[in-house]
Amino acid sequence: MRLAPTPGQTVGPFFHYALPYDGDRDLVAPGTPGAIRLTGTVTDGSGTPVPDALIEIWQPDAHGNPVQEQGSLRRDGHSFTGFGRSSTDRSGRYTFTTLRPGALGDDRAAYVAVVVLARGLLHRLMTRCYLPGPAIDDDPFLVGVDPGRRDTLVAREDEHGLVFDICLQGAGETVFLADPAHSPA
Amino acid sequence: MTVVTTTSAPTVATMSQPTRPVVASDATAHSQAQVSAEIAALARGYEEAGGLEGTGEEQPRLSYAPYRSSILRHPTKDLHQADPEGIERWSPVFGERDVDPLEADLTIQRGGEPIGEKMVVTGRVLDGDGRPVRRQLVEVWQANAAGRYIHQRDQHPAPLDPHFAGVGRCLTDAEGWYRFTTIKPGPYPWRNHRNAWRPAHIHFSLFGSDFTQRLITQMYFPGDPLFALDPIYQSIVDPRARERLVATYDHDLTRPELSTGYRWDIVLSGATPTPLEREEDQ
Repeated sequence: MRLAPTPGQTVGPFFHYALPYDGDRDLVAPGTPGAIRLTGTVTDGSGTPVPDALIEIWQPDAHGNPVQEQGSLRRDGHSFTGFGRSSTDRSGRYTFTTLRPGALGDDRAAYVAVVVLARGLLHRLMTRCYLPGPAIDDDPFLVGVDPGRRDTLVAREDEHGLVFDICLQGAGETVFLADPAHSPA
Repeated sequence: MTVVTTTSAPTVATMSQPTRPVVASDATAHSQAQVSAEIAALARGYEEAGGLEGTGEEQPRLSYAPYRSSILRHPTKDLHQADPEGIERWSPVFGERDVDPLEADLTIQRGGEPIGEKMVVTGRVLDGDGRPVRRQLVEVWQANAAGRYIHQRDQHPAPLDPHFAGVGRCLTDAEGWYRFTTIKPGPYPWRNHRNAWRPAHIHFSLFGSDFTQRLITQMYFPGDPLFALDPIYQSIVDPRARERLVATYDHDLTRPELSTGYRWDIVLSGATPTPLEREEDQ
């Protein structure tokens, strides 16, 4: 028998003293070989940056393997745990230092799972940040996404790594995901 | 600025302040009556559409205009249905290295007894099949007994409590139980509309064993008179669903001469993948 889920609620405006922690956004220490910056700006329906959002990422390691190591909240400086958290700054920007994830499966494009939380957002949103490259053209999930909106799921390269902007509403609205198992039968 | 000097029974004291200065802005222009009318209209629409028959809506509406901050911050397009795959079928692992057991007691963090009603809040974290979510991270944050957060942005004139930070963490045990010792938070004013007050609540952050189970929510206390007035609580338009956010007073959890107790179980949607399913997924 399926139990009814506990509903979500907004993260509100007062999470900054509770959820962020030292080293939250550095999945690897800056300067580590292979380290990239993953950054982006969160904007609302008027194009205004959202300065009170919280972004979380969860990704496999560089070889595509899920990591099952503790230590995300108290980083030891050398273990890669795959989880990170970054509040947005006054310009709506979040930033992580991480590794490029490998793909899980030969026919899959590599991606980072992304959670979006913000004041004004009543339930967490989930999306995927895909790495650009030839694999995205054949990925079984991406080919099923409206071609006009598919780009919102793919990061772009810059000189430091990857840029993945998140648009909550409007013309360039990011594709957000729902797990069918979470909907009432 | 009004200075509230009351240190005992601060909840009652702040609730009974006659008027406090309200900064004029668009968001404060509407009255509670206006917002309540909008809430009632949306509830009526839900009922008339047959929402109360069958399972009903289980989550808050992302688009819920009575909560003014949601207006520009909700997606307008349908969420894209996507079966979890790859890394989404796993979750980060947290453990003893991450969480000190003392972090579960919010009343001992600042070298003195905080003011307010001391209480235990405990319950189980389960998946949609009723299986416990084991050894997983639970984070909480809350206002103090006077309804004030230790946050730069919370500037309403209720006292800070030097002995209360309002932040806690713990790991669930092998049966999915979490347990916090804390202080009952007070309601507090906010600027959604004129004279808006949030019902007392504790923020909860949860992880499942599948990343798509990630949940951020708020736990409320039974019988709060502010429920009907609060657009965040009412954004869950199905009354059966929003009652799932209300804890139960449990006298068996009280400790004589020390603390009251509340029980609140949490169900993370979806079922936990078995190790076999994960292997097949790779």
